Amino acid sequence: MILLLQTAIRCSAAFIYGCLGEIVTEKSGHLNLGIPGIMCSGVAGGCLGVSVYMRSLQDPALASYIMIVLVGVLGAFLFAAALGAIYALLTVSLKCNQNITGLALTTFGGGFAQVVMDNFVKTSDSITRVNFSIASSKIASPLPFAENLGWFGQLFFSYGILVYLAIALAIVTAIIFNRTKIGLRLRAVGENPAAADAVGVRVNAYKYGAILIGAGIAGIGGFFYVMDVVQGLYESSGPIEAIGWLAIALVIFTLWKPNLAIIGSILFGALYMLPSFLDVPSQIVNALLTMVPYVATVVVLIVISVLDSKENQPPASLGLNYFREDR
Amino acid sequence: MEGKVALELRNITKTFGKIVANKNVNLKVYEKEVLSILGENGSGKTTLMNVISGIYAPEEGEIRINGEVVYISSPQDAFKYKIGMIHQHFKLVEVFTALQNIALILEKGQKYDLKEIRTSVKNICEKYGFEIDLDKKVYNMSVSEKQTLEIIKVLYRGADILILDEPTAVLTPQETKKLFAVINNMREDGKSIIIITHKLNEVMEISDRVAILRKGEYITTVSTKETNEKELTEMMVGKKVDLRIERVKTEIDKPLLEIRELSIKGDDGSKKIEDVSFYIRGGEILGVAGIAGCGQKELCEAIAGLRKIESGFIMHEGESLVGLAPKVIIEKGVSMSFIPEDRLGMGLAPNFSITDNMMLKTYAENKVYMIDEEELATYPKWKAFSIRAWVAIKTFFSRPFVDRKSARKKANKLIEKLEISTPSTETPVRRLSGGNIQKVLVGREIESSPNVIVTAYPVRGLDVNSSYLIYDMLNEEKRKGTGILFIGEDLDVMLALCDKIMVLCHGKNMGIVHASKTTKEEIGLMMTGSLNLSETKNKEYGKAKDSNLTEEEWQKQKEEAEKEGE
Repeated sequence: MILLLQTAIRCSAAFIYGCLGEIVTEKSGHLNLGIPGIMCSGVAGGCLGVSVYMRSLQDPALASYIMIVLVGVLGAFLFAAALGAIYALLTVSLKCNQNITGLALTTFGGGFAQVVMDNFVKTSDSITRVNFSIASSKIASPLPFAENLGWFGQLFFSYGILVYLAIALAIVTAIIFNRTKIGLRLRAVGENPAAADAVGVRVNAYKYGAILIGAGIAGIGGFFYVMDVVQGLYESSGPIEAIGWLAIALVIFTLWKPNLAIIGSILFGALYMLPSFLDVPSQIVNALLTMVPYVATVVVLIVISVLDSKENQPPASLGLNYFREDR
Repeated sequence: MEGKVALELRNITKTFGKIVANKNVNLKVYEKEVLSILGENGSGKTTLMNVISGIYAPEEGEIRINGEVVYISSPQDAFKYKIGMIHQHFKLVEVFTALQNIALILEKGQKYDLKEIRTSVKNICEKYGFEIDLDKKVYNMSVSEKQTLEIIKVLYRGADILILDEPTAVLTPQETKKLFAVINNMREDGKSIIIITHKLNEVMEISDRVAILRKGEYITTVSTKETNEKELTEMMVGKKVDLRIERVKTEIDKPLLEIRELSIKGDDGSKKIEDVSFYIRGGEILGVAGIAGCGQKELCEAIAGLRKIESGFIMHEGESLVGLAPKVIIEKGVSMSFIPEDRLGMGLAPNFSITDNMMLKTYAENKVYMIDEEELATYPKWKAFSIRAWVAIKTFFSRPFVDRKSARKKANKLIEKLEISTPSTETPVRRLSGGNIQKVLVGREIESSPNVIVTAYPVRGLDVNSSYLIYDMLNEEKRKGTGILFIGEDLDVMLALCDKIMVLCHGKNMGIVHASKTTKEEIGLMMTGSLNLSETKNKEYGKAKDSNLTEEEWQKQKEEAEKEGE
């Protein structure tokens, strides 16, 4: 049981990053369906950073923990934000259709990541394999005092630093949304950009900011998945796209609330990991179990629409581009 | 005129594509004065104000504030020069509270401290006499409250020049009075206020001077004291206008639409219409008066088949409309047009052109190819037969296609008749000004030559000239024997136009009076529920004696309805 929870929580961090990135983006009124691709490019960025850093060292085994985390996270963030910048340029400045732009980015991101990984990171290289397993073991290393606390420690302190970063980010985002001027303005931009514009909020600046930061956060999720969940084995990072889609669904599930994103992600993490845990021999049952997160999202959608509450709705102008001179 | 010039416009020109919205406009606003900007729909009033408040950038001309040339390229710039605009369509975030909406305007360096904002907002409210609940979410607010919030927002930001775009279009007379009191307070405080409106009596009441625009061009500015309503109208329209509304005399027919004991529930489950009976005869205009939200919308929707009724009957020429699909009801000749408060809503597709919008209603009609029977009779038999066959084939193959040509013809007719200003029939209606959009909707409904017209607020926000065009169209229909249900706001207009007036108060029928025999005061009393004529009369109130159905038939209908209920 504890093992399932532990795996669920570890895996949930990938969801938290993806979901949080999408929430930040959607709060500005932009539906970024490019999140799966952006998470892939986060993998590329993070791995490239780690790989370049470790190759520069004489002995990779002596690589510093802080540098690996820093270089990886930064690389992932920057690469993902670069894709976010493409999305922002197309949808905010050039007013392209958000759905199509996002879908195009998803396709592009996957291919882009593959190219970077094959040609610059050289994943098939044995040096890289060794480097990544070292990096992974460092990134995924539990907090030092976890072992002394029994099951409690196992449940709460046995994860790598990036899991805690995800939770911290979610909480900080929630505070920013609800307690600060920036959050208020960002929400206003997503709800009614004309209203925000009329009171002097720089609508496009907020949109760019939210999209770039949102994409960056989602990118860290991809990097985290490769380094922590699958222990540095890029070959088994295939499900990242699926996680990206689930993260987008999760946004609806969590009602656009970063706090709920933590709980929702753990739940999705558990549901996602359930098939491999139960080890049901039947293919069909396995397939049905894999479906559960998606079904849960549909159910939530229905519940929201039946309740018709004004509070738990998507940002009012989600998916609509803002033209100031439009009537 | 004494006082300093607060704002001056020189030769402002603004175009949208081929449409010239403003052409060489010159304007001066002094401190401590209320300036009205008067003009018909599409005369460029709103555009001009958007230029001042930085939403649109003018192509030519300059703006001076306190004598200095300034460039206002964004709303922030406008605020820098202490210009605040209250838009016709409110710019509020629906899911925020009033206070959060105000907090949104905090500038750099100001702390996000809701307590502090609350106190200073309260001070503003006391100073000018606003009443508002700061913790109410905007989506729960009435239109008047939203407007109040917009004004407070602008004042909180420290505006000295306030622009109000058609502020009274959506207010009740009482709310308007309150607003004018606030405006007077602001004027006393030294602010300059610009009001866009086309309600002449309000112009006369509130403003010091009036600037007139016509088709985007600046005509003149006159002092309110030295003019009158008639003169203003003539300047605005550019020709002499008769301000009387005609009540056409027609021979009345049998009842066309009979409604008995109708009850309807609203969206929130509360009863919006309760046990209302009335009827409309052909060649008659029945007015419906009542404070906004007294069930007018629900009544319209029920008649058009868009809303389920709780109980009661809607009979059209003796046949029940209850439970029929909207399309069937339209085919029976019942047309409904409802102009909602925000004026953009129901009935038109904003991205569609006028032609497309005309087709929305007629798409199911097939193209009709005319055969000249007389001419055909002169032809030999085989030729006549082949002509008939050809027409039949053409008709058959045109079935799957919509008839664009005739729709365009209708659109052109409408544009000409209602003087809609648009570059072409193919321009998306969302590019037209609010009043013109409305003309398209009301015009389409009337043009579909129905036998019962249900129209709610058809002249809402329309200028004098366009309003009279609509009244004329309604009168013309009345002459043709159409029964008209006219749900209106302006009691003066209803008294002049309608034959009878039904008054609703909280969904109950307060009585039906003859427009020529009643007074505004009587209707006012009924609107607030202090006078109920239907109670004093017998139970058969609002039921026609010469009904299309006999009493037995009504009884039978009732029994059937009860059976279904079980």
